[in-house]
Parts: sequence; C-alpha cells; structure tokens
Amino acid sequence: MKAFRILSRNIRDSFKSVFRNFALSLASISCITITLIVVSLAIILTYNVNNFASLVEKDVTIVAFLDVDITDEETDKVEEKIKELDNIDSYIFRSKQEITDEMMESSDIFDSIMSEWSDEENPLQATFQVKVVDIEKIGDVADEIKKIENVSIVKYGEGMVEQMVSVFDSIKNVSFVIVIALVLVTAFLISNTIKITIFSRRREIEIMRLVGASNINIKIPFILEGLFLGLIGSIIPVLSTIYGYSAIYKKFGGQVFTPIIQLIKPEPFMYFVSLALVEIGILVGMFGSWRAVKKHLKI
Amino acid sequence: MNLIRMKGVNKQYKNGVTAIYDLDLTIEKGDFVFIIGSTGCGKSTLIKMLYREEKPTRGKIIVGGLDVAKLRNGKVYKLRRKLGVVFQDFKLLQKLTVYENVAFALEVLGLPKSEIHEKVLKVLDLVGLKNKAKHYPTELSGGEQQRVAIARAIVNGPKLLICDEPTGNLDETTSMEIMKVLEEINKLGTTIIMVTHDTNIVALMQKRVILLDSGRILKDYEKGTYVHEGV
Ligand SMILES: Nc1ncnc2c1ncn2[C@@H]1O[C@H](COP(=O)(O)OP(=O)(O)OP(=O)(O)O)[C@@H](O)[C@H]1O
Ligand SMILES: [Mg+2]
Repeated sequence: MKAFRILSRNIRDSFKSVFRNFALSLASISCITITLIVVSLAIILTYNVNNFASLVEKDVTIVAFLDVDITDEETDKVEEKIKELDNIDSYIFRSKQEITDEMMESSDIFDSIMSEWSDEENPLQATFQVKVVDIEKIGDVADEIKKIENVSIVKYGEGMVEQMVSVFDSIKNVSFVIVIALVLVTAFLISNTIKITIFSRRREIEIMRLVGASNINIKIPFILEGLFLGLIGSIIPVLSTIYGYSAIYKKFGGQVFTPIIQLIKPEPFMYFVSLALVEIGILVGMFGSWRAVKKHLKI
Repeated sequence: MNLIRMKGVNKQYKNGVTAIYDLDLTIEKGDFVFIIGSTGCGKSTLIKMLYREEKPTRGKIIVGGLDVAKLRNGKVYKLRRKLGVVFQDFKLLQKLTVYENVAFALEVLGLPKSEIHEKVLKVLDLVGLKNKAKHYPTELSGGEQQRVAIARAIVNGPKLLICDEPTGNLDETTSMEIMKVLEEINKLGTTIIMVTHDTNIVALMQKRVILLDSGRILKDYEKGTYVHEGV
C-alpha cells in the first residue's frame, strides 16, 4: 500500500516533469519518434524480405535433363539413383511427350512446328524436377545428379538464389546499422533531457534525501520520466505502422509487382511490430534516463 | 540513555583539511545542546557527520542506535527518518505552499493522505502557522519561512532535530521567536542540537553549550553554566 502510494506519486511527478520542460521533452520525443519510424520500416522490410526469400526458396527446383535417346529402363535407373540421394524433398518426372504437349498448347507457333516432329526427331529432353530440403546444399545435390548416367544437363537457379540472399542480407545490415545509430543518438538526447531535469530539481532531491526518502525512491521518477518520453514517442510510429501497413497492403493487393513477392498479412503482423516499437521506445527511454541518473544523481 | 555517542572521531576532507580532531561527545535523550565556536572551527562538519552528510575518517558515531560511521549509502535514509535537519537558508520549495512543503516530507515516505493531513495541520499549529497554510514561501517573512522548515523537519516525529544556524538570517526578535518554537519542541521530547554564532541567544537560553575550537572541544558547559564572554 505504502509502496503503491509512493509509486503513484512518482508516476504523477514524472508525468508532470515531461510537460514542465516541454520544449526539451519535445526534442527527445521527436527523436524517439523518428527512430521508431525507421525501426518500424526496418522490421517491416526485414520480415517481408525474409518471408519472400523463404517463399522463393521453396520454389527453387533442380531440373535434370535426360539424354534425348534414353530408354524407359534407363530412365527408371535414373529415378532409382535420384531416390537414393540425401536432401531430396520431392521430384516429378516429365516425359518428352508431356513437355511437348504442354509447349504446343502454350503457343500456335510451337504447335505448328512441333506437330510435324516424329518421336525420333523430337529434340526435347525428358526431365526430372527435383526439390531439395536444405536449399543451401542445392549445389551439392545438383552435382550428384549430374554424375548419374544418362543425365546430360542439370540446372537450378545457380547464382540467382545466392545473389538474392546477399542483396537481402545487405539491406538488413544497412538498416540494422542505421537503427543502432539512431538508438544511440536518441538515448543520448534523453539522457541529456533527464540530466537537465535532475539539475532543475536539485533542491527537491536534496530535501527528499534529508527527510529520508530511499535512494531508489529518489531515482525512480527520473527513470519513469525517460519511460514516458519513450512511450509518448512511440505513439506516432505505432499509429503509422498500423494504418500505413494496412494501406500499403491494400494498395498492392498483398503482392508487389509479381505474385511471387507476397507481403505478410497485416494481422497480426502489424500488432507485433507495434508492440516491438513500444518496447523499444520504453527501453531506449529508460536506458537514457538510467545513464543520466547514474552519472548525475550521486546519492 | 545516550541518543548520540561519538568516540575518537576524526574528519579529514579530501583536500587534506582536518576539520575534527579526535572528538568524544555524548548527548542525552531530550537534551538541548548548543554548538558554538568561531568560523571554520568545524561546527557544521560535526553535525553533518551526525546526519551522515559526511563520513568520519576515523572513530565511532552512534545516533539513536544506528552505527552511522558504518552506514552504507543505500541505508542512510533509515537514519534520516529518525531525525530532522534545519538550515540557515530554509531550503523550502518555492513552487509549493506552506502546507505542501511540510506534507512533502511525508508524501515521499508514502503516508496516506488522511494521516498526512492530520500531521501537517498539527505541526503547523505547533509552529504557529496554521493560518498561512495556503501561502507560498515568497509571501512569508524570514522567521515564518524558518518555522515552515522546522515544521517540515519535525512533522514525522523525529527523536532528534539538528539545526545549523537556524537564526543566521534573522533579526533578534525573530530569532527569539524561533528559539521559543524550538524550546517548545524540545519540551515535547525531541532532542535538539543547534549550531549558532549568536552567543546572546546562547546566554539567554542557558542550555548545555559545547565550544569548539579548531576541530576540538574547548569547553563543554553544563546546563545553566554558560556565561557570555564580554557580558
Ligand atoms: N566539503 C569540504 N571540503 C573541504 N573542506 C571543507 C569542507 N567543508 C568544510 N571544510 C573545511 O573544514 C573546516 C571546518 O568547516 P565547517 O564548515 O565545519 O566550519 P563551521 O564551524 O561550520 O564554520 P561556519 O561557522 O563558518 O559555518 C574549514 O576549514 C572548512 O574550510
Ligand atoms: Mg557552518
């Protein structure tokens, strides 16, 4: 009960203090706001990129072209060998005829050319389309398949996958560095705000010590003030995350440019992001004020 | 019983100045003690060690059963709740009213509002400021401000009241009013230690008087034995 009274008094005091030095608080709050907006963008970007990358990875397939003149028995042998390999998720066989039919259906030009081909003349190759479990070892699997007799060419999105992953990685790294820098600047600004509060309330602190307030009780209002700065600073970022992301999702219909690039659904994603923003705001605020208290409130 | 016991207390400041030399002193519960002496003789240093604003370099200090010399920073508040301190410059919060200034001391300790209200009114009555409860410090005379400070120092019912030149900024009549208030508080059972330059007051009050000189006790006058040099 007593602790509760002290706490509620501290909360009231710190809240008042935020508005007492409003110009100063506003600087800190704006800084937190900007930081959190960037953090929000970084999180949204990173998660979407990750999501997209895993979707793409799921789609990556090894295509093993079989020799043109392969017999059915030889084809069965190839299948046996593929079955025995590690890291195979699934595979499908597509015969010469299937591929031909498909191509003929897709265009009239193909149709007119291909309909003239006899089976021996048909230059198309039957294929096995293989999906792997561990996408990072796709190269090894492709090499193994290449060694199998009667397999002529093996193709997978060589380089494409790696390239994409490295582009995503650098996007993540750059946004990470920016976020860290912004967080540091913000913590510094908050620390400065709290420092000024501490100096402007020197007399109050002195009297609190004289009348027997415990150290923690003296320090808490300043830590809370940092917390409030963080909390207030996260309002705009949270609102813009929720409304902004839903609007973007709606505008693009859930995908960017092609159906391959799928956006993460706004719910509950944007709420998780908002929660993270509030937490980061509070933590940065408290960290800044904790530093100021440690440095300038020697009791 | 002794409220305060100091034994072999030495205080050397970081800059090398030794303010108190090898001092022994005991003060009984309920006493009224003046500490006098020329400027720089160590009066403030002596009482600062009692409320643990300064730590002795050597020696033992017991205040109300607490070993003050060994008290860790985090525990100083326990000592502070047992005593009140009053200064020459009042140290009031200008933005708060008289009532709020006194209530402040109880609010930070987390007392319930009703209890605070009762205690504050009682103590304001004791120092004669009940009718000025809603005034701000700037609207008060020096003597009235000092009475607010005294009220704040004793509102929590401490055993000990320490005053560092409480009348230093006040004229003679106002000083005497303050002394009357202090005597009243002393009569209610609070031990009072008061540092002062005003030997007229000391001579008038006829209490125990400790005369310091360069960090040592030069003379310890029993109650009623102090004679004003030059009178
Ligand atoms: N914080 C400090 N650091 C270093 N030296 C100090 C400090 N405070 C006091 N002193 C020195 O200690 C000695 C005693 O000082 P103190 O304040 O106790 O004297 P005092 O008797 O209260 O004087 P006054 O009557 O002027 O208030 C002085 O020489 C002073 O310069
Ligand atoms: Mg002094």
